[in-house]
Amino acid sequence: MLFGLYNYWIVVALMMLGFYIIIAHSNLIKKLVGLSIFQTSVFIFYISVAKIEGGSAPILEADTTLYSNPLPHVLILTAIVVGIATTALGLALTMRINEAYGSIEEETIQQQDKQL
Amino acid sequence: MFLKRQPKLVWLFSLLATTITFVISVLLLQQVLSSGTIIYELGGWSPPWGIEYRIDQLNAYLLLIISTISTIVLVAAHTSIQKELDTHRQAYFYMLYLLSLAGMLGIVATADAFNVFVFLEISSLSAYALIALGKDRRALWASYQYLIMGTVGATFILIGIGLMYQMTGTLNMNDLASRLPEVAQTRTVFVAFAFTVVGICLKLALFPLHLWLPNAYAYAPSVVTAFFAATATKVAVYLLIRFTFSVFGLSFSFTTLPLQTLFLLLGLLGVFVASIAAIYQNNVKHIFAYSSVAQVGYMIVGLSVGTTLGLSATMIHLFNHALMKSALFLAMAAVMYRIGGMQLSQFNGLGKQMPLTMAAIVVGGLSLVGVPLTVGFISKWYLVLAVIENGWWHVALLILLGSLLAIVYLWKIVEVAYFRSPAHNSEPVKEAPLSILIPVWVLVFANLYFGIDTRLSVEVAQTAAQSLFGITP
Repeated sequence: MLFGLYNYWIVVALMMLGFYIIIAHSNLIKKLVGLSIFQTSVFIFYISVAKIEGGSAPILEADTTLYSNPLPHVLILTAIVVGIATTALGLALTMRINEAYGSIEEETIQQQDKQL
Repeated sequence: MFLKRQPKLVWLFSLLATTITFVISVLLLQQVLSSGTIIYELGGWSPPWGIEYRIDQLNAYLLLIISTISTIVLVAAHTSIQKELDTHRQAYFYMLYLLSLAGMLGIVATADAFNVFVFLEISSLSAYALIALGKDRRALWASYQYLIMGTVGATFILIGIGLMYQMTGTLNMNDLASRLPEVAQTRTVFVAFAFTVVGICLKLALFPLHLWLPNAYAYAPSVVTAFFAATATKVAVYLLIRFTFSVFGLSFSFTTLPLQTLFLLLGLLGVFVASIAAIYQNNVKHIFAYSSVAQVGYMIVGLSVGTTLGLSATMIHLFNHALMKSALFLAMAAVMYRIGGMQLSQFNGLGKQMPLTMAAIVVGGLSLVGVPLTVGFISKWYLVLAVIENGWWHVALLILLGSLLAIVYLWKIVEVAYFRSPAHNSEPVKEAPLSILIPVWVLVFANLYFGIDTRLSVEVAQTAAQSLFGITP
């Protein structure tokens, strides 16, 4: 029972890991890494939902009757694209922040803002 | 690349696009009011396989709010953006603006839960980029923080939608609403609900999830603030209404789960904490950004009442708050155009130098407080009525107390602008150009007009609220 649903345990572990990195790390790049891990865990969750025991790939063939649900796969393709866009934008912002503040550490940036 | 050097052409095109959107949403509202819900099947695929667009009174009402504000703000955008952005960035600004608008309209129009997520990310991603366009380097940092918080929120919504799909096998909101009650007592549905609501509340900037909002609003280009303050949080409130009232149903949200108490508590706390924070700010845009958080609090209090009257109070406030905040922040854009700063000390003596702009800020501020003859009064009136109908006298008192706090932060600005003389060595400041003043005053007159003639805002909000209660048992 516990092992049968092991991919959900992986999802939860990755989700918490990613979330922890977002909160705990002050380096902007590391935060984005955390965000990516967090999003990826949700992708794995959707793919796990789609799995049907003994089902094959959802391709129409004469001798397959049982196949995985293709809809979550399609949804996650969209979500992956969104994730890439978010990461790219986040990295671009980090570059600009580095140019403007000369640092990508949260604490240094906040200190510089306070001095103004 | 020819267009990059001709931002005016891009502006005119964007203006054309938003004006057409505005005209269509007016026609749509008329049609929905006369003949009921309109359904459009995307690509001819019927639901639940295809994506369905569904416009009922609530959707049409929100589409109208968003398209109206975006058009009026865009009229002023050209002048304001010319001053605040480099020429080669201006064309991109309009592109991002239209993308963000498309995202918001999409969220409201669609009846497919996953489609909501996609549109949410379209509007949010362009919002992060728009905020980062601000001149101040703090805009970058604000945008980054918003990106992190916003993405966490959107991913929470995605998890919620995934769990709902797992339990029901559908993404269509109507199907979800009919199938969720069968499995309502499972832990999966509870978790789905929690993730969805927390995710939406992050986007909504409900206290205590509001931390990204003040800086994002304060350092974004002025017109961007005017656009987002009036529309972005409204769209999130719409989503909250849609999910708690239509999809999960009132009895599940408020009876099975303690959302009513939670919303009431957080709403009131939001009103007070944000209003008090607003009093201690020295940047005028910060003051009104915190006041936005407080106003979201009022909307959530209206939701928490859980009656038709409470829901219509929230919807009326959606409309009215969009009018007040767009007028106020657009007037800020006018001040920014002439002075180039938003510090309270820079407002010294502005009442004499920019009389029309300051008058607009005062009228908008009075509307925020809820003085009779302005839209703010209508909002407060219906909210207090709804709360009293439930017998919550103490809440009604707290709402009025919250309005008093609004007077305090408004007075700070009035005092500086009217009772202090400008610094002696400063250059004389002229009134803002007409291209900004006219949109500002159109919004100010709308603030006064809809404070007297409430047919549009109140009646549509009430029919929308009634239809929501008609669907949900």
